[in-house]
Amino acid sequence: MGRAAAIARQIGWYFSKLSWYSATLMGDNHYRRYVEHRRRTHPGEPVMSEREYWRMRHDAIESNPNARCC
Amino acid sequence: MATPTAAPTERIEEQDGDVTYIRTEKDLPPVAIIDRSPITTRHKIIFGIIALLGAIAWAVIAFFRGETVNAVWFVIAAICTYVIGFRFYARLIELNIVRPRDDNATPAEVFENDTDYMPTDRRVLFGHHFAAIAGAGPLVGPVLAMQMGYLPGTIWIIIGAVFAGCVQDYLVLWISTRRRGRSLGQMVRDELGAAGGAAAIIGIITIMTILLAVLALVVVQALAQSPWGVFSIAMTIPIAIFMGIYLRFLRPGRVSEVSLIGVALLLLAVVSGGWVAETAWGESWFGLSAVTLGWCLIVYGFAASVLPVWLLLAPRDYLSTFMKVGTIALLAIGILIARPVMQAPAVSEFATSGTGPVFAGSLFPFLFITIACGALSGFHSLISSGTTPKMLEKESQMRLIGYGGMLTESFVGIMALITAAILNQHLYFTLNAPAASTGGTAATAAEYVNNLPLSGDPITAEQIEQAARDVGEQSIVSRTGGAPTLAIGMSEVLHRVFGGAGLKAFWYHFAIMFEALFILTTVDAGTRVARFMLSDGLSNLGGPLRKLRDPSWRVGVWVCSLAVVALWGSVLLMGITDPLGGINTLFPLFGIANQLLAAIALTLVSVIVVKKGYLKWLWIPGIPLLWDLTVTLTASWQKIFSGDPKVGYWTQHFQYRNALDSGKTSIGSAKNVDQMEAVIRNTFIQGTLSILFALMVIIVFATGLIMVMRVLRGGGTPLTEDEPVASKLFAPSGLIPTKVEREVQKQWDALPQSHARSVGTSAN
Repeated sequence: MGRAAAIARQIGWYFSKLSWYSATLMGDNHYRRYVEHRRRTHPGEPVMSEREYWRMRHDAIESNPNARCC
Repeated sequence: MATPTAAPTERIEEQDGDVTYIRTEKDLPPVAIIDRSPITTRHKIIFGIIALLGAIAWAVIAFFRGETVNAVWFVIAAICTYVIGFRFYARLIELNIVRPRDDNATPAEVFENDTDYMPTDRRVLFGHHFAAIAGAGPLVGPVLAMQMGYLPGTIWIIIGAVFAGCVQDYLVLWISTRRRGRSLGQMVRDELGAAGGAAAIIGIITIMTILLAVLALVVVQALAQSPWGVFSIAMTIPIAIFMGIYLRFLRPGRVSEVSLIGVALLLLAVVSGGWVAETAWGESWFGLSAVTLGWCLIVYGFAASVLPVWLLLAPRDYLSTFMKVGTIALLAIGILIARPVMQAPAVSEFATSGTGPVFAGSLFPFLFITIACGALSGFHSLISSGTTPKMLEKESQMRLIGYGGMLTESFVGIMALITAAILNQHLYFTLNAPAASTGGTAATAAEYVNNLPLSGDPITAEQIEQAARDVGEQSIVSRTGGAPTLAIGMSEVLHRVFGGAGLKAFWYHFAIMFEALFILTTVDAGTRVARFMLSDGLSNLGGPLRKLRDPSWRVGVWVCSLAVVALWGSVLLMGITDPLGGINTLFPLFGIANQLLAAIALTLVSVIVVKKGYLKWLWIPGIPLLWDLTVTLTASWQKIFSGDPKVGYWTQHFQYRNALDSGKTSIGSAKNVDQMEAVIRNTFIQGTLSILFALMVIIVFATGLIMVMRVLRGGGTPLTEDEPVASKLFAPSGLIPTKVEREVQKQWDALPQSHARSVGTSAN
C-alpha cells in the first residue's frame, strides 16, 4: 500500500511540475504574480482586475512587438 | 574600464572552501555563489565516456560506407558534442568573456514592470527563448542542403552551432543584458557610432523583408493546389480569433486552457481537411493557385499587422508555441523509436560539381548559406537582444539560455536533416527540383530524376503518383521550398510509430500545418516588428515624420504596415511567378541576408570584447566572424560577379537581355517574351539586393574595425554599459541546481513572503 501511495505521490509531483511549467510559460499565473508584486512594491494602492491586467499586457505588445524568428 | 564597480560596502563576501558566497544585505541570504571547486573524478569519468561515445558516433557517420547508416548515430553524435561544448567551451567563454556577476541585478530585476521586464524562472525562460528562436529556418535549410549529401550538413550544423551560432546568441544576450535589454540596432549605434548604426538599421529592415518573403514563399509552395492543406491552415484563423475572444471576454488569463482547446480544434481541422478535400466544393474553394495564395497571404499579413494584438497575434502565438514544442518532442521520440536508415549518400555528386537542381553553386560557400539557421542564425541576435534579456533573473543563467537555447535549435536542424536523408533520393529530387526541370508531371519528373547522377533504383511515374496519393495530394512533383519534403519525411517517421500506414496522409498534413502555422506567426510578428523599425527610423529623420513616433497614430500605422507588406509582398510575388523556380533563386538571398545579420552581431560583440580589454579572447567571437564574412562575401561575390548564369544574377540578367534584344522569343526555362522579361526584372532586383546587403555589412564591419583600432591606440568611444545595481534575489544558474545552490535556496524560501520572487518560482 505504502509503495502504491509513494508512486502516486511521485506521479502527482511530476504532474504538478508540468502544469506549473505550462502555466508559467504560457502566462496563466502571471496575474497572480502581478498582484503579489504590486502589493509588495505599492502597498495600499489599487490593483488591476485580471481583465484589465491582460488588456494592459496586450496593449504593451501592440506598442512594442516581440520578434519571432525564422 | 568604463564601468566602475559599485561601492564595495554593498557586497559582503564569505569564503567557505572553494565556494564564495556574496550578500548584498547582511540580513538576507547570499544572492550569488561563486563555486570554484575543481571537477570531481566522477564527472571526469562521465564526460570522458560522453566524449568517447561521441567520437564513435562521428566515426560511424563519417567513415562507415556500408549500405545503411542508422539515424540514431546522428542523434548520439549531436548530443555528445553538445554536452561537451556546453560543459567546456561555453564555460571557457563564461569565465573569460562573460564573467557573470550574480551580485548585480539584471534589467528584469531593476526595471520589473509586470509586462516586458519580468524576472522569469530559467527553465521557463529557456522555453520562451527557444520558442522565439526556433522557426521554419532550421527545418527548411537542412532539407535543401541534403542535395549535397548528409555528411557536410551534419558537420556544419553541429560544429557550426558549437563554435559560431551558440557563441553569437550567448554573447549578444550578454551585451544586451548589461544594457537594459537594448536592441541590436540601438547597440550598434551606441558602440560603433551613427554611420554604423544607420547601415545596421537599413540592413536589418531589408534583411527582414527578404526573410518574410522567402518564408511566405515556402508556405505558398507547400499549399498551392492542396485543398486539404489550405483548408486546415485557413481554419487556424477562426480558431485563433475564437481563442482571442475567449481570453478577452470569457476567461481572461486561462492561457493553457484555451491553448489546449485550440490544439484540439486544430487537430480537428487537419482531420476534416481530408474530408473537405474530397468534396467538389472543397476542391474548388480551397484548391488555390500559387498566385492566388500569394495574394491571400499578402492581404492576411496586412490585416494581421493592423488588427488588435489580442484578437489574432497573441492567440496564434500561444498555439504555435504549444505546437512547436510538442511536435519537435514528438519527432525526436519518433526518430528514436523508428530508427530509420539513411537513403542519401554521405557526399553527393552535386557537392563538388555545383550543378544541383535544388540550389546552384558548390559546397563552399553555398552549403553554409543554405543551412543558415540551424548552425548560425543572425536573426537570433534580434531575440537575444530585446526580448530575452528583459526576463533574465541572473547573469550566470545566460549560458543555459543563450548557448543552450541555440544547441537545442541545432538539434532541431539535425532532426530535419534526418527526415530528408531517409527519403528515397529519386523522390527527394522529384519534390525539390524546380518545375522548369521536372516538367511538372509524374512522367516527365521520373524521366528527369532518373537521368540525375543518383545511386539506387530508378523511380517510375506510378511510384511518384502513389507517393502523392499516400499523403493525400494530387501531385508531389516540384513541391519546392523544403516544407513538403520535411512533411513527407515526418509522416514516414511518425506513421511507423503512431498509427500505421493509414495515418500517413494525416501526419503529412499535420506537419504541413505545423510549419505553416509558425511561419504565419513569424509573418504577423515580423511585419509588426519591421513596421516598428521603419516608423522609428523615419521618425529619426525629423520634420513632420516625427509624428510616426506615436504608435497610436493610426494613419502612420496603416501607411507603414502597407509599405512593409508591399516590400515583402512584391518579392513574394516575384518568387511565385519566377520562370526559373523561385525557391532556388531566392533561398540563397535569404541565407546570405541571415548570415550577414550574424556578421553585424558578431562585429558588435567583437568591438565590445576589445573595449572591455579582453583582447586575448577576441578569437572567440573573431573566428566565427571571419568565417562568416568569408562565406557570405564569397557567396555575394559569386552571386554578383560569377560568369555562370546559374549562379550569378547579373550574368543571367544580361544573358536574357541580350537574347531579348536579338529578337529571340525563348531561352532556357523562359518559354515566351513575358517570362524572359520576368527573369530580367527578377535578376535585376535580386542582383541589386545582393549588392545592398554586402555593402551594408562591409560598412558595419569597417566601422567596427576602425573602432577597434582607435581603442587599441587608447582612444575610441567609451562602453555604454549600465551602472551595476545590487541584486536582492537569488536563483540557481544551471538547469539542475547544485547542492550549494539548493541550500541557499532553502534559506530564501524560509524568509517571509515579502521578498522579491521570480515568475513561478513560488511553486518550487
